[in-house]
Amino acid sequence: MIAIVDYGVGNLFSLRSSLAHIGAEAMVTGDPAVIAAADRVILPGVGAFGDAAQKLRKSGLAKVVCDEAERGKPLLGICLGMQLLFERSFEYGEHEGLGLLKGSVVPMAGRLPPELKIPQIGWNALHICRPSPLLRHVQEGDHVYFVHSFFAEGCEDSRIATTDYGEELTAAVGLGNVFGCQFHPEKSGRVGLGILRAFAEGEATP
Amino acid sequence: MITKRIIPCLDVRDGRVVKGTNFAGLRDVSSPVELARYYSDNGADELVFYDITASAEGRRLFTDILVEAASTVFIPLTVGGGINTLDDFDRVLKCGADKVSVNSGAIRNPALVGEAAKRYGDQCVVLSADVKRVDGEFRVFAKGGRVDTGMEAIEWIRRCVGEGAGEVVVNSIDTDGVKGGFDLPMLEAVTKAVSVPVIASGGAGCMEDFVTLFQTLPGVDAGLAASIFHFGEVRIDALKRLLREKGIPARLG
Repeated sequence: MIAIVDYGVGNLFSLRSSLAHIGAEAMVTGDPAVIAAADRVILPGVGAFGDAAQKLRKSGLAKVVCDEAERGKPLLGICLGMQLLFERSFEYGEHEGLGLLKGSVVPMAGRLPPELKIPQIGWNALHICRPSPLLRHVQEGDHVYFVHSFFAEGCEDSRIATTDYGEELTAAVGLGNVFGCQFHPEKSGRVGLGILRAFAEGEATP
Repeated sequence: MITKRIIPCLDVRDGRVVKGTNFAGLRDVSSPVELARYYSDNGADELVFYDITASAEGRRLFTDILVEAASTVFIPLTVGGGINTLDDFDRVLKCGADKVSVNSGAIRNPALVGEAAKRYGDQCVVLSADVKRVDGEFRVFAKGGRVDTGMEAIEWIRRCVGEGAGEVVVNSIDTDGVKGGFDLPMLEAVTKAVSVPVIASGGAGCMEDFVTLFQTLPGVDAGLAASIFHFGEVRIDALKRLLREKGIPARLG
């Protein structure tokens, strides 16, 4: 069973229904015991980093997510949920992340060519930098759906795919049992369903 | 490189897809869920469901259909029509919408855009503006394009984006249903005024109209249309292939 961590951030309808569509058993939960008992964990999220990090900590869910990841349980962060896996974010100030992956989250503003719109909203191509079980159904150049104004950098050790938006931005990460997608696999059609399937089918150790 | 989006719009009344010409003379086309699946399979980048129902009964039919569509089609879904309050946002977001488009609701209550953006995020709030030339200026129209609000459109759009609208759909009443191409001068004025994604609507009659749109106005991010897709005059997969042949970035489904 996949536990979808519910900490009061974002709309989980599509994530739940896309997992149901690929036949994966999933449960939306804010209960640490359920998360601890699950085979895999998905950390979703949209909105502001600081607010989300605080909610995760206050609810005690940050601890269980980190503990389970450190025990080797597969974890997938999506969008803001991926950004939360890193050490810190510079989204309106500086905020501490979960620190499961090396790197930080920085704003696009001031970094990208001025003709590019912020946020990046729409379908962009994945460039695979290294093989990962998460991308086993993905072909080089497949398109996925992005909505973001911030991106992860300094994460060369975990980066598995990038996307070209002015520069090569981190699109997906994977290191051991910890994975993340900057884009929304639950909104990325056939390609996105393949990524969720790869996560759901992957090896689940503890 | 980010691709240009092609977005079919499904006007839904009492659970069925309809499309009018110049907003009048509606005619039944097909089942919204079937059409949504068909478009998604053929490479649509996003879908808009526009609820033109007036009755509470029709509203319930609409949200049932939305749930069904969002459970089988995994591309972004935008819902519009009858969005007047934060409760309306809530109602459709819970049923699987990813973005909510406001039109008359924002005209009646200009605080709505800001309040919704604050609660759900800018990326969730789409401003839809029906615009028509009156006395040499662009005017915003309300109530499905029937009522002249007297407001200048570019200023209105700029203001709503300032409040937090994350995308703008510009529907030209002057070109809607005419099938003579998108309203390039109107769209150019909007792309110059705002930095969020701009979605062109109204006037597409053939595939070449989309090529002209994206080649002439690189600041336009997406093209939206209804009847040409519903009646099969333009197939989305063929349109995407043509865009790519012309050097316009497009995603093949």
